[in-house]
Parts: sequence; structure tokens; C-alpha cells
Amino acid sequence: MGTRAGALTAAPLALVLVLSGCGGGGGGAPTGNNATADATITIYGTNPPGNMLPANATDAGSAKMQEGVYSQLIGYAPTDGKPFNQVAESITTTDSKVYNVKLRKGWKFHDGTEVKAKNFVDAWNWGAYGPNAQLSATWFKQIDGFDDVYTKDPDGPSGPQKPATPSSKTMKGLKVIGEHEFEIALKAPFSVFTTLIGYTPFAPLPDKFFADPVAFAKAPVGNGPLKFVSFTPNVDIKLTRNDDFPLEQKKVKFKNLTIKIYSQQEAAYKDLLSGQLDFMEALPPSAKAGSKYKTELGDRLLTARLLSISTLTVPEYLPEYKNLDLRKAIALAINRDQITKTVLADTYVPADGWVNDNIEGYEKGVCGEFCQYDAVKAREYYQRSGHTGKITIQSNADGGRKEPLEAACNSIKNAIGVECTFVGATNFGDFRNLIDGRKLTGLGRSDWGADYAEIENFLNPLYRTGGSSNDSKTSNPQLDSLLAQADATAQRADAIKLYQQAHHLLPTYFPSIPVWMERGVGAKSTNLEAAQLNFKRRLEYASVVVKAKG
Amino acid sequence: MGRYLLRRLLQFVPVFLGTTFIVYTLVWAVPGDPFAGKCGERQCPETFISLMTDRYGLNDPLVVQYFTYLGKVVSGNLGETFSGVSISEQLLNSAPITVRLAIVALLIQIVIGVVAGVMTGIRGRGFLDNLVLVSTLLLISLPTFVTGSVLQILLGVEWGIIDPTVSPEATWGELIVPGFVLGAISMAYVTRLTRTSIAENRRADYVRTAIAKGQPTRRVVFVHLLRNSAIPVVTFLGTDLGSLMGGAIVTEGVFNINGIGGLIFRNIAEKEGVMVTTIVTLLVLVYLLMSLAVDLLYAVLDPRIRYE
Repeated sequence: MGTRAGALTAAPLALVLVLSGCGGGGGGAPTGNNATADATITIYGTNPPGNMLPANATDAGSAKMQEGVYSQLIGYAPTDGKPFNQVAESITTTDSKVYNVKLRKGWKFHDGTEVKAKNFVDAWNWGAYGPNAQLSATWFKQIDGFDDVYTKDPDGPSGPQKPATPSSKTMKGLKVIGEHEFEIALKAPFSVFTTLIGYTPFAPLPDKFFADPVAFAKAPVGNGPLKFVSFTPNVDIKLTRNDDFPLEQKKVKFKNLTIKIYSQQEAAYKDLLSGQLDFMEALPPSAKAGSKYKTELGDRLLTARLLSISTLTVPEYLPEYKNLDLRKAIALAINRDQITKTVLADTYVPADGWVNDNIEGYEKGVCGEFCQYDAVKAREYYQRSGHTGKITIQSNADGGRKEPLEAACNSIKNAIGVECTFVGATNFGDFRNLIDGRKLTGLGRSDWGADYAEIENFLNPLYRTGGSSNDSKTSNPQLDSLLAQADATAQRADAIKLYQQAHHLLPTYFPSIPVWMERGVGAKSTNLEAAQLNFKRRLEYASVVVKAKG
Repeated sequence: MGRYLLRRLLQFVPVFLGTTFIVYTLVWAVPGDPFAGKCGERQCPETFISLMTDRYGLNDPLVVQYFTYLGKVVSGNLGETFSGVSISEQLLNSAPITVRLAIVALLIQIVIGVVAGVMTGIRGRGFLDNLVLVSTLLLISLPTFVTGSVLQILLGVEWGIIDPTVSPEATWGELIVPGFVLGAISMAYVTRLTRTSIAENRRADYVRTAIAKGQPTRRVVFVHLLRNSAIPVVTFLGTDLGSLMGGAIVTEGVFNINGIGGLIFRNIAEKEGVMVTTIVTLLVLVYLLMSLAVDLLYAVLDPRIRYE
């Protein structure tokens, strides 16, 4: 190595100076969405963690794709979630136990094959079959014969034993009657079953799927208003319009949909402000701070009434929270009005019961005086409860969950003079682990978004013994029997009355403390003339109108 | 030289085995269940958890899992994440973007940092020197998140000069601003390092000799002075490339770049052991290669250093 080599290294250094000096400029030119019918719209998305088969999609990331690609028997009205027939021509029942379904003729999958009764029956059987391990398998549990296809692991998932192979691959409750007709028999009457079957796992699957499910999951073929084009992990999901879609109500008026995947809402929001992104169904905490979003967005702000309720679950297994007076005291001590207006920047409203106010069967003030802030009364109840020590509220601390609950804690502290602290878990997974493993040490956050618009969905999963999201692990025989009775009532209107009675039981033992209900706030870009945020906090694809050029 | 190189390359093997094992163990030592929270506000069905546990061998002893992993690495097929997405595909999507981003950042560091360093180092005290010292101090004290967000809001949202986020293609042009943000702090260090190093060597005997021989200033500065002052700067830049690749989580998040940093971050949270181990191992290899390159450069820069 002599001097020459030395000179050679100095040269690249100098060269680099020159080269990169001219490397600047030429940022990606913004592409506007011009002609309306051929327009591409880009919406906010998150990376789907699952494999995107209908019975496996439980997250918001894949739901956006599912909603476009598949159409179920029924669909939901965008504002209040009222069901209407989609692929079904009629669904009839006399006893809420056996349902007869007739399909519209001529409805086609994206590969040109017709949607027939067997496409529904086979898809549901496949989704429920235990060894297929679909995340939404238990959604089919109402159907007669579910227990034959889905077997429980005898020693839990972590034990060495494997669940027994199910005795059957098909549920005996599902019977194909004709090409366009089938029958669903349930284990027991369930009055709101017809509302349930609009949910994602109840989508039909084409014959192609059953030939090779793994390949199908990578390029799904559905029967919805949009066709699947491509999915690039961590980048985007692309869909395009299905021109043969038969249902006017759900037809889309744009050409392509790109669901762009972001790792942070903040970045997406900036894209939205500059017109690079057309729609977001939620706003980042920084935009909500100080209600900044209202001035920043103006008429681009979208709001929706969601089917959600936020409560603080009171774990039944904690003796120190057993006292009813203590539960009432805590309920009284939370200043819902103030917290929803300030910390939550009007994106939530105070709750006055355990059911969302956008639901048929909702009644005003079921929680009564206990959900109205009253420091004096709270103190009274607290003293009567004989509770000592401190109160804690647990939740995952990320995603803006921490701030309102800290505010609730402060409110409790100021009202009744007891120490209250927020205990954070690092992420949602860790927090769910605490709940599922009965490891909560105090009140726990429970934000419930209904899967379908029925009052039933606010009661059965949350408060019935062994309910799928019964986070407080509560059990009340009276409530159970009322709910069972309501489920078994053939007439939906009568059933709702019984569910209402069950709702009225909750303030007698406070399995959870209602706090607030979320009002969806989202935003659209200036490229869109119209866009509607629906009750599921998603973009109602059919509502999108792209602005004409000029 | 050849034997030295071979020796260094052979050392990579135990380092590779060691890091993969440590990282693999660490990922699984983090408490938490990979399937918690996958099913929203509900517990996942048991059948799902059982099947996934079996399929990914999560009940096997750690050592067995580790060797299964090594087998996969050797066969070149890393398998799939829990959600059934190919691991190699995700890596191949992200790696080129990260490499481009790191190169842009490195170039910005070299260009701006070295030029500013050389100019202030040679001229000594004065207005320019003070300006550079104050501005580098400012850059060092600003967290990347702040620099990134401010530039994004000003250039992207307010003035519309750039798009606020980077497109999936992540072209060179689009990466200039993120690259600047990513490299800003190191750039300030490079400036200061170069400045001190030049200022020190300016008074060295060989520089005085060169000037006394009547060589033109340009030759004195670029051949004699800069070359000898480059050693600490090259050391810094070499190790920095590794951290630019793995440590770009913040910058990638702000500009929504689908890079390696964010990929590691997400996969640690999702407990995707295979993915995390693979990426970290790749980064370790980058570090090793860079330090080897730096060592070899020493010999080029300073004729007194020889490897036998």
C-alpha cells in the first residue's frame, strides 16, 4: 500500500461531495384523483395480522378488505346498522330455531361462478371445523352440530394433549335444500340470529377455495363490490371495482381502492392533511389534543355514532371490590361530562347505561343517578362501603388509553379522597393476558364495540356466565335466565323487551361501571366530495363520491 | 493481508452462532403470549392456539427450537410468520429501502459533515467556526423525532414541497429528507470530529514539511492533511452505518417507511422470534463487515499500519 492508494481514497471522498450535491430535488410528484368513475382512492390501513380468510379476520386491518371483497346474506345500514337482505332474498323462521334462507339468483363470485347455497354451507362448515383453527370459529357455535366439528383441548392449549379430532366435518344444522335455498337449524332458539349472519365469518366461499385454501388466502375471490388485486405486507392492499355487482345500494362509484398500511396514525394524518390520503376512520391523539382537529379539518371532519360502550370492569374475583356501595361510590365519583369534553375532546359522550344509545332497545338513564357525577353522594357511599386502601384502574397505556383513565382516577381521588392510580400494561396483548388469566388487580378498562347492532350483543358476551368477553368473570343466575329466555323468544320485538329487563338488572350489582360512549371521528381529504363513516367505524364504500376535476 | 482477511472472516462464524442463540433466547425470554390480543376483546379459540403452538413448535425445548431455526437458515427457507406471511419476502421488501435510506444518510453525513469540518478546521476561530459549532450543538440536542416531525410538517404539509410520507417504492429522491433527519445527529458529530482532527493535524510536522516543500495548498489539505485526519471519522462512520440501518425506527415511523427498524419493532411486539433473530443477525453481520472494512481502510489511509 503506497501513496497511490492513498490518493485513490481521497478521490472518492471528493467525488462523493460533487455527486450527492446534485442528488437533490425530484420528490414524488403528488398524483391527484381526477376523473371520478375511474378514480383511485387511498384509505388508511394497518397491517393485517391474520391470513385474511373471512373466518380468520378479527382485526380492523383485514376487515377493510373483507368488507369490500365479500357480501354476506345480509348487510347493514351505514348509520344504525339495521340489517337488510344482500345475497339473501328472504330469511324466514317461525320459531327462531330453524331458519329458511333463499338466495337471490344470478349473484356471482369474482371468478364468474354463481353464489349457491352450498357456498355458504361449505364455507361455514370449514370455518367452524376445529382443525382449521380459524380465529372466528366460535361464531358458529349457535348452529346445531357445532360441537361435532369443534372439540375443546382437554388440558388447555398449553398442555401436551391435543384436542380430539372432531367426529364430523359438517354441522348437522346446515342443510342444502336447493341450488339457491338452505336451512339453518340452531341448537336453541336465538331471536337475533338473522342480524348475526352479516358478520365477516358468515361470508360465502367459491368452489375454488376448497381446492386449495392456502393459495386462496393469498388471492381471495369473493362476491362483494370490490375485487382483490394484491396485498404487499407492511405496504398496501389493493382492490378494484366489481362491475358485475348486482346490489345498487352497495355499489361503489370509484374504480380502485388502495388500503395503505401505516405504522403510525400520525404519519397518515399528515398525508391526509396534504391530500395524499383520502380517508381515515380515526384521528391520532396529537390531533385530538386541545380539539385541534376541529380547526384543522373543518368540513373534512366525519362523525359517526358507533355501537360502542366503555366501562370499567370490576373483577368478581377481587374481594376488595365486592362491596356494592364501593362500586356505586366509584360510579358516582367519575366526572364523565368534564372528562369527555376536555381529555377526550368531544370524541366521546358520557354513558348513562350499559348499552349504546344508537341501538334499538336502548333506554335513557338505566344506570340512573349513579352515572351522574356527585361528589357528596360518592363520599357517602364510600364511607358506607368500609373500603380501605387504594383503587386502581388498569389498561394498556398506549394508543391514548391512559389519559382519560388517569383523569377518571383523579376524579375519583378528588371526589372521595381515596388514593387512585392508573396501572399501565405495555400493549393490548399484555393487557388481554391479564384479563384472560384473571390477573387484574383493580378495575380494568373494557371498551366494547358491538359486532352487530343488537342490544343482545351488549349483554350476552359481556355479562352472561362464561360469556366470550365477560372480563369481570361475573355470574348472575337471574341475568342468565333472562338472557336465555330472551334468546329463545321467536319475535324479535318481544326478545328486545326481555333484553331490556336484563339490562335493568345490571345497576343492581354493577359488574362494570359505565363511563362513556365513543363518537367516531374520522376525516376525508379534499379529493372526496362525500364519504360516510359508518357505525362500524369504517368507510362506507358505497358512499364515496370523488370530486370532479377542476 | 490475505491471511488476515481469512482470519477475520472465520471469526464471523462463532459470532454468528453466538448472536443468533442469544437473540433467540432473549426473544422468548420476554414475557407475553404471541397469541394474546389477536382476537380483539375476546380470548382466541383454543383450537387456534393449540394448532399454532404445534405448527411453530412452541412447546419444544428452546435448544430444539433454536436448531430447527438454524436448519431453516441453512436451507434458505425461513418459513412464515404466525400470520402466514413469508419471512424472506418481508425482509426482501424492507432491506433495500433501509439500505438506500442508510446510504443517503451516510452521504449527507460525509458531504455536509466533512466539508463543514474541513472548512472550520482549517480556518480556525471566526464567524464560520462559531456558526458551525452552534448549529451542530443544536442538531445534537434535537431528538430525531422532533427534527423529523418539524421538517415533515413544514416541507410536507405547510409548503407542499415534498409528500409528508414516503411512497412504497421509496425512491432515492424521496429519501433525501428522511435521510437528512436520520443522519442529522451523526452529521453534527462528523463535523466536530473532522474539525478537531484537522485543527490538530494542521500543526503537525509533516504538514509543515509539505508546505515548506512548496506544495500547493490543495495538495497539502486533501492529500496530507485530510487523509491523516480521516481515521477517527472513518471509524465513526463505519460503526454508524450499522446503527443507521437498525436504529431508524423513529425516522421510519415519522415518514412511514417500510424499513428494517420498524419491522424489528413490530415483530418484537408480536413475538415473531424467527423474524427478530434473522434481522438482528443480519445487522450484526453488517456491523462485522463494516468494522472489517474500517480496519482495512486504516491501512490504506495510514501507511504505517500493516496487516500480516
